Amino acid sequence: MAVDNELKIELGKQGIFVTTIEELYNWGRRSSVWPMQFGLACCAIEMIATTMARYDLARFGAEVFRPSPRQADLMIISGTVTKKMAPQVVRLYNQMAEPKYVIAMGACAISGGPFKQGYNVLKGIDRYIPVDVHIPGCPPRPEALIQAFMTLQKKIDGQSLTGEDRPRHLDAEAPCEFPVPEPGEHDLEPSSNPGVWTVPVVIR
Amino acid sequence: MKTVDEIKAAIEAAVSGAAVTIVPNPSPAAQPSLLIGHEHAAAVAEFLRDAPEMAFDYLSNVSGVDWPDKEIAEKVKVTRQVVKTMDGVEQTVDETVEETRKRVEPGYLESVYHMYSVALQHGPLVLRMRTANRTDGTEMPSLTPVWRGAEFQEREIFDLYGIVFTGHPDLRRILMWDGFKDFPMRKDYVEPDDFEYEPTPHDDVLKRAQTHRAVVDAREQTGGGQ
Repeated sequence: MAVDNELKIELGKQGIFVTTIEELYNWGRRSSVWPMQFGLACCAIEMIATTMARYDLARFGAEVFRPSPRQADLMIISGTVTKKMAPQVVRLYNQMAEPKYVIAMGACAISGGPFKQGYNVLKGIDRYIPVDVHIPGCPPRPEALIQAFMTLQKKIDGQSLTGEDRPRHLDAEAPCEFPVPEPGEHDLEPSSNPGVWTVPVVIR
Repeated sequence: MKTVDEIKAAIEAAVSGAAVTIVPNPSPAAQPSLLIGHEHAAAVAEFLRDAPEMAFDYLSNVSGVDWPDKEIAEKVKVTRQVVKTMDGVEQTVDETVEETRKRVEPGYLESVYHMYSVALQHGPLVLRMRTANRTDGTEMPSLTPVWRGAEFQEREIFDLYGIVFTGHPDLRRILMWDGFKDFPMRKDYVEPDDFEYEPTPHDDVLKRAQTHRAVVDAREQTGGGQ
């Protein structure tokens, strides 16, 4: 940081506002993350509750649920992703413009949840698209979704605009579209996107 | 409501040639059902719906059942002639031996219809139909032309069990996608092998995860890649 933090505060007291482009840019990004308006299962009810007056997601700049993926920044995977629905979810994600983020909300979205060993439920949406924040819970309470939202904001805030760990939309090499799985004869094909998801190592 | 015996008699009197079998129910519910043949299914259903003393105007539920091939082991006493040496002389003696014989009872698919009468406030009446077998003879007449409410439920049975309802106006898969080939609710359905990541496996899932592991290891050893 070019400007020392204490000096910045001191200058602020004198009516001089000092910032960096990066800070301003990230502030803008994190303060207007507009979620996409779609729900998949019971978690969606909690998501709706989060936006209502009692929990009031508008405090975080996310009050506008956009009915079109073209206008949305954040995809909240709120509920069970069935194998029949998964291609549509990936397709919607592909249609969102960068920068875009994903919150996997609830046990089903992160792992398949109680339906994990079923023939019809995807074992976690992170097999096909990159997920920024996972929230456990069945369903998670609105507080948990707000926590996830704040985590996402922190993550955005911490990103630097240049260098190796710059956000995906500033990296010309990084993919912004992810292959849509095809419904096959027995299962989705492929069953996961190896560029996004590899089998985690279980430490016992 | 009339008893199933009375209903069976009424059906057989009204629809000539209709074969109705009473399927007893040994469970505490003790609710017997009527097994009807394919040929007169539509006529029987129309009779049950339209006859004033039956008036089963509401089809509440249609479900499917898979009865896989059953292997039955029976102990049978068999008498056969055995040559034995007794007192230095060879004799032919009858001997009774207990033998275990196995026979396979062929399986079938079944659909179960529950009907009520809103007009007469009685029900339910349980109707059953069975397919010839589980492989190539999985047809069964549809009752959708009689009770419109059967449409989606018969589609679901077609989707999950593979019973082909002849005469159904729109027989497509309803839950799984169109290109799907399996019938997931059948007893012999094999799930796709996606047990690569099971953080807390137990019982059946543990076995499936271990099988998956073994398959992957074998593939890696032969150098098949991935």
